[in-house]
Formats: sequence, structure tokens, C-alpha cells
Amino acid sequence: MFDEIIKMFSYEFFVRAVIGGSLISLCAALLGVSLVLKRYSMIGDGLSHVGFGALAIAAAVNAAAPLEFAVPIVMIAAFFLLRISQNGKIKGDSAIAIISTASLAVGIMVATMTTGMNTDINSYLFGSIIAMSQKDIIICIILSIIVIIMFVFFYNKIFAVTFDESFAKATGTKAGIYNMIIAFLTALTITVGMKMMGSLLISSLIIFPAITSMRICKRFKTVVICSAVISVLCSISGLIISYQYNTPTGASIVITNVCLLIISGIIGSISDKINTKKYAK
Amino acid sequence: MSFITCENVSFSYENTSVIKNLNFSVNQGDYLCIVGENGSGKSTLIKGILGLKSPADGKITRGDGLKPNETGYLPQQTPAQKDFPASVYEVVLSGRLNSRGLKPFYSKKDKQIAIDNIKRLKIEHLLKRSYRDLSGGQQQRVLLARALCASKKILLLDEPVTGLDPIVTEDMYKLIEELNKNEHITVIMVSHDIKSSVRYATHILHLDGDRTFFGTTDEYIKSPIGKYFFSEDTQNV
Repeated sequence: MFDEIIKMFSYEFFVRAVIGGSLISLCAALLGVSLVLKRYSMIGDGLSHVGFGALAIAAAVNAAAPLEFAVPIVMIAAFFLLRISQNGKIKGDSAIAIISTASLAVGIMVATMTTGMNTDINSYLFGSIIAMSQKDIIICIILSIIVIIMFVFFYNKIFAVTFDESFAKATGTKAGIYNMIIAFLTALTITVGMKMMGSLLISSLIIFPAITSMRICKRFKTVVICSAVISVLCSISGLIISYQYNTPTGASIVITNVCLLIISGIIGSISDKINTKKYAK
Repeated sequence: MSFITCENVSFSYENTSVIKNLNFSVNQGDYLCIVGENGSGKSTLIKGILGLKSPADGKITRGDGLKPNETGYLPQQTPAQKDFPASVYEVVLSGRLNSRGLKPFYSKKDKQIAIDNIKRLKIEHLLKRSYRDLSGGQQQRVLLARALCASKKILLLDEPVTGLDPIVTEDMYKLIEELNKNEHITVIMVSHDIKSSVRYATHILHLDGDRTFFGTTDEYIKSPIGKYFFSEDTQNV
């Protein structure tokens, strides 16, 4: 067992996947807490599909740098999705579903008409352990540094805006700007992480760790820290499973997240019972 | 000079005007209740007072050294908030955000103010509890403590007793009355409950299109609109 793990880490691609995967899950988990609590988690799902469409088009036109092509498009989509969710006139959830399925359809149409459903497209959909290149790792590192600095620096403001936007606005916090920052960072995280996780599964990185830690933690700060830790652990163990059993990376990571969610659900309901007894008097 | 003065203020919402030529002022120590039917423009007026929406016409001015972001606001709770994983301390402390500007972290003084307000509202025993595990009345107290962290001068309460049971509602009204009488905090409260408004407030603003009324509570009871709504309200009880 131990030898196996050492052997795993002797492959350069695996080390790259672990570094990239951990950093992306860390970013996604931090942003996810705020998105889930603000009921914006579907935005992550919508963005990943837009990202797939953009990358498929980039591949079709043979763009030299598909990622650089996709990132601005996903950011623009993030801007509009946020607008839609805040605008009472259009029902946000159906609008997001329309945008995400439409871009998925466009992506698949473009891909089949040009290059065909090759392995590249396949890995964008379902994720691949060998997808991370040296350049991707550098982008991951820069991205995660930006996300972590932003998160620490604006932590108190993010908390206030997440908990109560009306109050934050009333006391002079520009809630709109922080929402935009979160949406743009999410767009960036999703596009970068899509290669490894696959666009169909990347939004799980945003949602699962947040929900899991919310079940067991009672303070915002511990929820944030806990979901970051859970997310990184799940990604690493998912990658090991993916390597060992030759399963798709994205799906393996999601499965480990599902297991932890179930465990935290059980722990949560046990501690709820204990608490009800404790505070009953 | 008053804390807040509205002169000939008009607001429109989605191109229909909801408030026309409204005049009123709030002085230090006042307890103003804003009453009116749904759609009479109460929420729009709150946004105007908070400076989040500019009036279509007229002006809202702040005086007596009241800074723009120095209003202790108690908004209506959103469904997402009710199961929010945050400790009582974290929630109350976030009321100090307006004192921070661009500085990222809270100072010792901010933390002390948060603790003081927690003690003031007698919720010390809840300090480390999670906000989502509290009862409705306890949650409102926590939000009130947060509002007090944001301002020592004026509180703006948006239907603070909605969804509370009668005993807790009474507690909440008493608490607000104490803050107003003993600590001289100016209170503006939006309410559905005309009977309680008349009982506690010094001034009433009744929003009702052309029949809009503003004056002291005594004047309100004697006014036609006050007679109409107040007597109707008491008969129902």
C-alpha cells in the first residue's frame, strides 16, 4: 500500500494532478461557502457548461490558447447569471438552466461538426487525471493565491454580504462589488478546474464541501476552514482512487465527497439530538 | 435640525409612483411608526431613508451629525438566513463593519462594542450558539444587537415582530421602548400593527396615497384616518 503511494507520486503527471487538484478544490470550497449560503450554487453549474461551450469553440477554431479564450467568456456569463439571479422579473433558476443547457448543446454541436467527439472533448466533459500541463499548474497556483488573498482580506465583508445583504448595503458596504468579485473568481476557478474535473462535475467542488461542513460546524469561520480541508482531502483521495482503479477523475472525487456528506449528515443528526437534550431545559 | 428630514419626497416603483409629496421629520429621541397597507410604499421609503434609493423628486436630508451609513438597520429576515451557520458573536460583530472602511479586520474596540451590546440585550448565554439554532425571538434580539453595533443614535426596524408569538412580541416591544426611553435612541419602526404603534410611538406616519398622515400619536388618534383605522383595529381585538 505504502509502496503503491510512493510509486504514484514518482509519476510527474500524478504530482501535477495532486497539486492542481488540491489548489482548485481549495478555491472552489472557499467560494462555495458563500455561493451555497446565498443560494447561488446553480451559478457554478451554469458557468461550467458555458465553459465547456467556450472550450469546444476554442478547439474548433484551433485557438492557440483555449483557456485564455474561455476565461473571458465565462466571466461575462458570470456577470449575466448574477444579474439574472438578482432580478426578480425573470425566474433565476430556469434562466440558468436555459443558459447552461444551451451552451452545452452548442459545445457538443461544434465539437462533433469539427473535430468529432475526441478524447479532448471527452476529458472536458468528464475530466482526466493526465489533463494538467505544466502551464495549467502555474495558472492554478496564481489563481489560488489570488482567491486566498481576496478571501482573507475581504473575509469580514464577505461574511456580512453573505449573511445579510440588506444590512450590509444599509451600513455602506458595496454588496454588488463583492458579489461580482465572488462570481468572477468562481468563473476563473471553474474554467481552470474543468480540464481535470470535467464540466459536468466541477460544480460539485463548489457545493459538496460547503454543505458537508455546514452540517457539522456551527460558526462561519469553522465552516470555511472545514470545507477547505474537506475539499482538499476529498480531491487527493479521489485522485488516488482514480489512479488505482483507472476510473474517471471527476467522478472519483465526487464519490469521495458524497461519502463524506453522508458521514457528516450522520454526525450532524447525532449532535443535533445531543444539543436538543442539552438546551431543552 | 432633525436627524432625518423628508421634503416633498416622491418615489416611484417600476414607473408607477407610490409616494407623492411626502413631508416628515424625525428628531432625536423620537419613536416613529410607519404604518400602511401592503404596497403603500413602506419598503420603498425605507430604502430612501437608508440612502439606497434616491427619491424621484424632493430630498431626504440628514442632520445633527448623523452620518450616511450610521443607521442601525434591522431588516426583515430572509429564508436563507434562518439556517445560516454563524455564531451569535460573529453576527453581532458584523454590525461594526461600517466603522472599518477598507481596513480588513475588526479592532479590540469593535469586539468590545459587540460584547457590550450582547450584554445590553441579555443574550450573553447565547454568545457561542449558532444563529440557526435560536428561536425567532432570540434571532431578532441578535439582529437588534447587531443594529446597535452599527449605530448608537438611530434604529430603523422593518416589521421586527413578524412571525413572533404574542409573548415574545410583547417582549420585543418592551425592549425597543426601553432603548428609546432610557438610552434615548431614536426609533423608526415599520409596522402592520396599528394598535401597538399607537401604544408605543411618539409619532405616526400613515402611508395611504392622498390620505397620508404624519403627526404625533395624539393627533393621529383624533385624525379621520386614525379614527378609521384605529377604531377598526380595536374592534377586531
